[in-house]
Amino acid sequence: MQTLLNNLRAARARAYVRVIGTNRELSWLVFDILLPVLSISAYIFIYKAIGAPEEYGGYVIIGGVMTGFWLNVLWNMGANWYWEKQTGNLEIFFLAPISRLSILGGMAVGGMFQTSIRAMSTAVLGALIFRIPMQVAHPFGALVAFVLTLVALYGLGAMFASLFLLYGREAWHYANLLQEPIYLLSGFYFPVRALGFWVAVGASVIPLTLGLDAMRQLVYPHHGMGLLPVGVELAILAGLCALYVGMAGAALRTMENLARREGRLTLKWQ
Amino acid sequence: MSPLSIECTDLGRVFRSRKRRQTEEKTALTDVQLGVEAGELFGLLGPNGAGKSTLIKILATLLLPSSGQAKVLGLDVVGQAGSIRPKINMVSGGEHSGYGILTVRESLWMFSQFYGLSSRESLRRIDELLAIVGLDKDAHTKISKLSTGMRQKMNFCRGFINDPQVLYMDEPTLGLDVGVAKVIRAYMREWMEQRPDRTLLLTTHYMAEADELCDRVAIIDQGRILACDSPTALKRRVGQDSTLQIEVAGGNGFSCLAGMRGVKRSAVTHRPADGRTDLSIILEHDSAVPMVLAALSEEGAGIVSFKKTEPTLEDVFLQLVGRKLTADADAAEQS
Repeated sequence: MQTLLNNLRAARARAYVRVIGTNRELSWLVFDILLPVLSISAYIFIYKAIGAPEEYGGYVIIGGVMTGFWLNVLWNMGANWYWEKQTGNLEIFFLAPISRLSILGGMAVGGMFQTSIRAMSTAVLGALIFRIPMQVAHPFGALVAFVLTLVALYGLGAMFASLFLLYGREAWHYANLLQEPIYLLSGFYFPVRALGFWVAVGASVIPLTLGLDAMRQLVYPHHGMGLLPVGVELAILAGLCALYVGMAGAALRTMENLARREGRLTLKWQ
Repeated sequence: MSPLSIECTDLGRVFRSRKRRQTEEKTALTDVQLGVEAGELFGLLGPNGAGKSTLIKILATLLLPSSGQAKVLGLDVVGQAGSIRPKINMVSGGEHSGYGILTVRESLWMFSQFYGLSSRESLRRIDELLAIVGLDKDAHTKISKLSTGMRQKMNFCRGFINDPQVLYMDEPTLGLDVGVAKVIRAYMREWMEQRPDRTLLLTTHYMAEADELCDRVAIIDQGRILACDSPTALKRRVGQDSTLQIEVAGGNGFSCLAGMRGVKRSAVTHRPADGRTDLSIILEHDSAVPMVLAALSEEGAGIVSFKKTEPTLEDVFLQLVGRKLTADADAAEQS
């Protein structure tokens, strides 16, 4: 019980830095509110130009909402240990008697605070500017899909973090490689079924693929562009949550031991 | 004898790196044998690259040894790291911990939360520590606005935040001005005196710091411990005696010094210009100092100045390694 409490305190403290940073450096508001709207605009204009159903605009908005979370997982959470090593905090974090997941969990929660503002503004501005109907048919189901997607996604991010711990700059290149392909494979701006059933199923190892598809089906239930039935998608997402969070814990322990053996917790140049 | 807080047996560490398909090895520590008792302020004295920081990082559970064994509070640093961590802390000189966007107080609060302290308790402790190092007026200053010395004071406070049983200080006064270093040294000594079960392991390449603070000092060079003893005992190894340099006014002949117990040799130099006399007295042991002063007083000599010179740890290092420690430090600072 005391261990859990200590880890929750650690997570709260790490989240505090992100939240307070958000409040003290307001310049991010410009970038995180205006730029995402610009990036979804291009896709919405294309769909409007070819006369696609209005729901396609909604698909783009939902993808735009989730883009912030993907970037947050990749660059803030995945790369967290890399940043901490560069800033000189890594040794202190690993010296502390807490789970590494509590630091990453705090990072995730703090990051979600900022990303949620980006997500909400993208949804609201996108719907208003382009007059896209966004009545959520099954709000509770959509919320469950959203939460499951985030938990699985941040679990995946914690696994990335263990790679960054050991490989530093090399992992940075891999993260760069992942960013754009995932936009495609997870169907950020189009129904993922368009990739073909088996490609889409293969892409479902990324929680965003099924998460986006489930949310789109729950917002627009009559459109019929879903990959799998929503219930199946939510069950797989729940499985991915358990898998990725469990694997993240194991990967962090393994990578920490390797890093201690190779001296990578203490060498700044890597 | 107190229980050992830190125990190293045949400890070794080799760093391996691959360059152009070849593995390069660098030996940082070799067969280190070390025992530090609870209650000791123990110093590791050696030049840059001697292996001091590597040893501290192994003891802080951040690095695994390549060979041998290290225990902290009876717990193995390899297999029982999780049990060691709540009881230790570490401060490194020149570290840049924390986030520039947080204030000093917020940053220390964040680190305190990693040790399970309640916010109330941690803020009380933070205010106390900030007052001790004279940083209380800057408690609400953002870290990005702090000078190097202020930042190091904050790092220093961080090390004490969980009231560790074993504290590692890796060059804590590196690059600090004299005043700040003095405050930090004074608090280290005071902290040790507060509770007998605490242990402080200090690495430094400042001889005066090791001499002033440490109960015992290990001299380390090229990954090997060359000698380990109290500063006084180490200096005694060099074989030089203490010398008193006394300037007196008045007095006559100073024959009282000849044959006095504890006095090995004395030299008297009169200065006709101001009528004063310089006395150089080589002592066999320090306990003779009060007798010498009493004898001079009986001679009617007024003491104008008094200086005792002793062999330094620099002399010890020179004797053990064959080069001066300060030469290494100067070269490092110039490079």
